[in-house]
Amino acid sequence: MIAKEPLNVKRVGAGRIPLAPIRKWLLIGTALGFLGVFILIPLLVVFTEALKKGIELYFAALKDVDALAAIKLTLMTAAIVVPLNAIFGVIAAWAIAKFEFKGKNILITLIDIPFAVSPVIAGLVFVLLFGSQGVFGPFLETNNIKIIFSIPGIVLATIFVTFPFVVRELIPMMQEQGSEEEEAAITLGASGWQMFFRVTLPNMKWGLLYGLILCNARAMGEFGAVSVVSGHIRGLTNTVPLHVEILYNEYHFSAAFAVASLLALLALVTLVLKSLVEWKTRKNG
Amino acid sequence: MVIQSKRRRVLPGFGLSMGYTLIYLSFIVLIPIAVLFVKASTISFSEFWEIVTDKRVMDSYKLTFYTSFLAAVVNAIFGTLIAWVLVRYHFYGKRFVDALVDLPFALPTAVAGIALTAIYAPNGWIGQYFEEFGIKIAYTQIGIMIALTFIGFPFVVRSVQPVLQDLDRQYEEAAATLGASSSQIFFKIILPSIIPSVLTGFALAFARALGEYGSVVFIAGNMPMKTEIVPLLIITKLEQYDYSGAAVIAAVMLVISFLLLFLINFWQWRTARKHQVS
Repeated sequence: MIAKEPLNVKRVGAGRIPLAPIRKWLLIGTALGFLGVFILIPLLVVFTEALKKGIELYFAALKDVDALAAIKLTLMTAAIVVPLNAIFGVIAAWAIAKFEFKGKNILITLIDIPFAVSPVIAGLVFVLLFGSQGVFGPFLETNNIKIIFSIPGIVLATIFVTFPFVVRELIPMMQEQGSEEEEAAITLGASGWQMFFRVTLPNMKWGLLYGLILCNARAMGEFGAVSVVSGHIRGLTNTVPLHVEILYNEYHFSAAFAVASLLALLALVTLVLKSLVEWKTRKNG
Repeated sequence: MVIQSKRRRVLPGFGLSMGYTLIYLSFIVLIPIAVLFVKASTISFSEFWEIVTDKRVMDSYKLTFYTSFLAAVVNAIFGTLIAWVLVRYHFYGKRFVDALVDLPFALPTAVAGIALTAIYAPNGWIGQYFEEFGIKIAYTQIGIMIALTFIGFPFVVRSVQPVLQDLDRQYEEAAATLGASSSQIFFKIILPSIIPSVLTGFALAFARALGEYGSVVFIAGNMPMKTEIVPLLIITKLEQYDYSGAAVIAAVMLVISFLLLFLINFWQWRTARKHQVS
């Protein structure tokens, strides 16, 4: 990419037309204007609205008992969901990228399903399974197990919506890397685990990290699916995004934006980490 | 064929990893989705038809498709423009801008929802200027479209950007040397080669918009038959314990989303194969 001489459009069309630089800045201006309206202003609004009533009220909103409970639940959900989907991602990518079998494209499409499903429908399917009128409803009720309107439901719905993130990053990367290195390790007498920890894992680490970052961001920020299964019980089944919704609907705007600013910070940290990983892989690759 | 593939399997763990993949996929995704369709099919066809053709349901389908489609069109245009600017021009802060394009993917939808509402409400940062002319944005269909544009445009940017980056410049140079104008170069050389990626981005943005809930629900106003999107209607049905109603509306929506997903995957598979051949 760098080796290619940066030939500007300016030069391509500009020989006779002095319009080119005007057009260039017009296009850049339009693009930046669009991004300003759709990216910058929303970010600014979150932080200014959060701090509108002063820094003290800002921190009071974050230290509120219900807010702390929501933060705890969100962290816990992510701590369960992200490792589970990461393990699945690594195992599924191994099967799909390193072996040839019939129906591979179908399997990849099936793995993509959660991306095509509305978050609300993702929540709905678990209500239909485990809700009081659901398939397992009577069984769960007699055994006094609560999944819907309770933490297991939140975890399940979050696993569903973040399901493809890790595996989708790993498959194309591992396909591109091929299997020569692993085959060499096995032929030279390495055990399966030795091969995995010394060859496969080091090779996939940046892709894995990338997938983990995206999966975590979505797990902590998921709203629609969780909203359907949570029941919005304060202090018990409210995640951070749901707490934002409740505060907002009760017209506690500053508090809502204060808690939302935490999620916005999470998004910004996610973007920084993502860019770092992209930069690192580009340098290595 | 079986013998050949067995011979090639030097690597261990195919059976185990495949088994785990299929079991996890089935329990988390396939069985729950199947239950939805089973639930939707427990009612008779006339009941099904009654639910789907109910005015409130029909209006919400129409609204969801109409706003999602328009938002995806806006995204296809501006997404391509942003990709173009990011690939072809150099300006200060470009890498920063490039990283920020993904914000809609990273920002939780509820946060986007309340932020956009605060901006476009009648007393909001931008909304107040439109209010002067009697134009309402938040709590109308325009508001829904703005939210759907917000969550969709990175799809187009990220599909077009790599294609534009790999585009061989020599055809453009040849055309320019032969006297083609820059608009001729764009429409006859560049556009035909990036159009598949624009369409992929369009389809992804469209599919995402159809199911979007968090960023829309705050700005939409949620008036039945006017600004009530399908995901919200599903939640309303659930809250009324109308499980089969919710399941039917969701199943119709899912079939459409799956068709879109299938189309995108087929498209990508075909273009990938075309690239391999040439």
